[in-house]
Amino acid sequence: MEFKYTEEERMMLQMVRSFAEKEIKSLAKETDKEHKFPAETVRKLAELGLMGVSVPVEYEGAGMSNICYSIAIEEISRHCAATGVIMSVNNSLACEPVKLFGTEEQKKKYLADMASGRKLGCLGLTEPNAGSDAANLSTTAVLDGDEWVINGRKIFITNGNEADYCVLIAQTDKSKGHHGICAFIVDLDNPGFSVGTLEDKLGIRGSSTAELVFEECRIPKENLLGEMGKGFRVALTTLDGGRIGIASQALGIARAAIEDAAAYAKERVQFGKPIAKLQAIQWMIADLTTHYEAARLLTHRAAYQKDQGESYAKEAAMAKLMAAETAMKAATQGIQILGGYGYTTDYPLERYFRDAKITEIYEGTSEVMRLVIANHVLR
Amino acid sequence: MKIVACIKQTFDTEAKIAIGGDGQISDEGVNLIVNPYDEFAVEEAIRTKEKDGGEVVVVTVGGDKAQEALRYCLAMGADRAILVNDPALAKADSRAVAVTLAKLLSEKEAGFDIVFTGKEAVDDGAAQVPAQLAERLDLPLANVATALTISDGKATATREIDGGSEDIEFALPAMVGAQKGLNEVRYPSLPGIMKAKRKPLDVLSLADLGLGADDVAVKVEMVSAELPPARQAGQRLTGEVDEVVAKLVQLLKDEAKVI
Repeated sequence: MEFKYTEEERMMLQMVRSFAEKEIKSLAKETDKEHKFPAETVRKLAELGLMGVSVPVEYEGAGMSNICYSIAIEEISRHCAATGVIMSVNNSLACEPVKLFGTEEQKKKYLADMASGRKLGCLGLTEPNAGSDAANLSTTAVLDGDEWVINGRKIFITNGNEADYCVLIAQTDKSKGHHGICAFIVDLDNPGFSVGTLEDKLGIRGSSTAELVFEECRIPKENLLGEMGKGFRVALTTLDGGRIGIASQALGIARAAIEDAAAYAKERVQFGKPIAKLQAIQWMIADLTTHYEAARLLTHRAAYQKDQGESYAKEAAMAKLMAAETAMKAATQGIQILGGYGYTTDYPLERYFRDAKITEIYEGTSEVMRLVIANHVLR
Repeated sequence: MKIVACIKQTFDTEAKIAIGGDGQISDEGVNLIVNPYDEFAVEEAIRTKEKDGGEVVVVTVGGDKAQEALRYCLAMGADRAILVNDPALAKADSRAVAVTLAKLLSEKEAGFDIVFTGKEAVDDGAAQVPAQLAERLDLPLANVATALTISDGKATATREIDGGSEDIEFALPAMVGAQKGLNEVRYPSLPGIMKAKRKPLDVLSLADLGLGADDVAVKVEMVSAELPPARQAGQRLTGEVDEVVAKLVQLLKDEAKVI
């Protein structure tokens, strides 16, 4: 067993870290405050190959490993978790299902467009009555000649307001339950599509969270993604991979909170010495660092298993559960270490706190993560 | 065009400097990077190639770890790299590096049109190699350059001089010492990083260049290394204005020795 980065992983770490520090850090506060989609940053991410990290080169991706992908998301999220999720959704939730289930034609067009960053992708899964119970969909797709006609509403869709393409999960035959669900690729230029409500959120405010409205939205028959009736599997497989991205995003937030709190503790003098000399603070930093490192190992292991073509659903669930809870804890205690200053917007800790919370919710809540893990252990 | 960029691997500018048990500066746990001024050199080399075509060769003198710095340059877009790695160069001074690079560039890599370097390395800040190398190669050197244009075998550069800048014109082949402002350095893209793995990186010894240990014997020896003294707390002068002013003047004269 080797706990060592390859040369290519080190190089990419160095590049992304330096990019995030120089190009993202200074924008993060405004991105959050103004609810501003960081379009210019996304363009730069695309130029660097970060919008399709593990997509093969032939489809205009970077052809790198999932470990590299995890490193990249963590480094970006260290400075801006909203940018991290925009990138994660395009990579994991939009590119990945097309890479895994798409036809050659679909990959050449849609995957290449998204991996190169020419187009932005999103995943249309969640509905008002289908959250953790993802199979309970009411969006329908009905075949009419050479076209699918889609009707329904998707909510809480990350990138929904800016996306060009959507990997959509819809019901084609309600009577068949899970087996009546299909996946589709929808070009959102389509006249039958519109963006509904935009959510005003606690955190990750730079990324859009939109309602997608499909009214008699007609797409070509060949835009079915994967086999008929296998859409639920497409969704679940996609979410398994997405969890590596969100775990990595949570790692970035956790590290941000720990690093900032540690730096503050070394400077802040109370009772005649820096508070970092107080055991109460030391123990918090020690515990958080331990949890962070453990979560990171779990995340890299899940990514490694995915790279090896092994099953990784349980590992990805454990990684996301651990990383999300660590991010929340690190942000909570980070604010505690900064005291009153941590509660103000003069320091980014309150942003980390607000951003951390979503990692316990989206792409599977922590409760669903425990369910997935338990199902693997107890089956 | 055959374009050469000379680089040095240095400590990360944010690295915390510590003296090891052997009295030398310790590189333990220190992140190593391409000297930032050399990054401008590599960037300018790549831009020159993108404009006029040709090949970019990145060269350095260093140990095994220096390969990483070269790979980084290959990931940025250089075509191939050469590392001169030899035990006799372990404590190389500026002269030894200039001797080595001059030999490499005048023989094995002869036929270049332009050689880029950084104006200095951020570690020792000696700024010796560009001038020494230009002298040994008998080339004009546009040092501390902040702008460069090349056309028809001729170049014009803007270089910083005391109290201002000057524009100079010179014929190729020539050397350019890059200063901040020459360009905006690119990040290596992920496809660039993947391609870098397959680009040639040759490791040469002094013998491969036809040099011996005597040729690179150091003229500058480091006797000892110590950290700057910890900063003393400031003094606050209190009392009547006249007294305070008199005291301040006296301190500036006797203690700070600035007036």
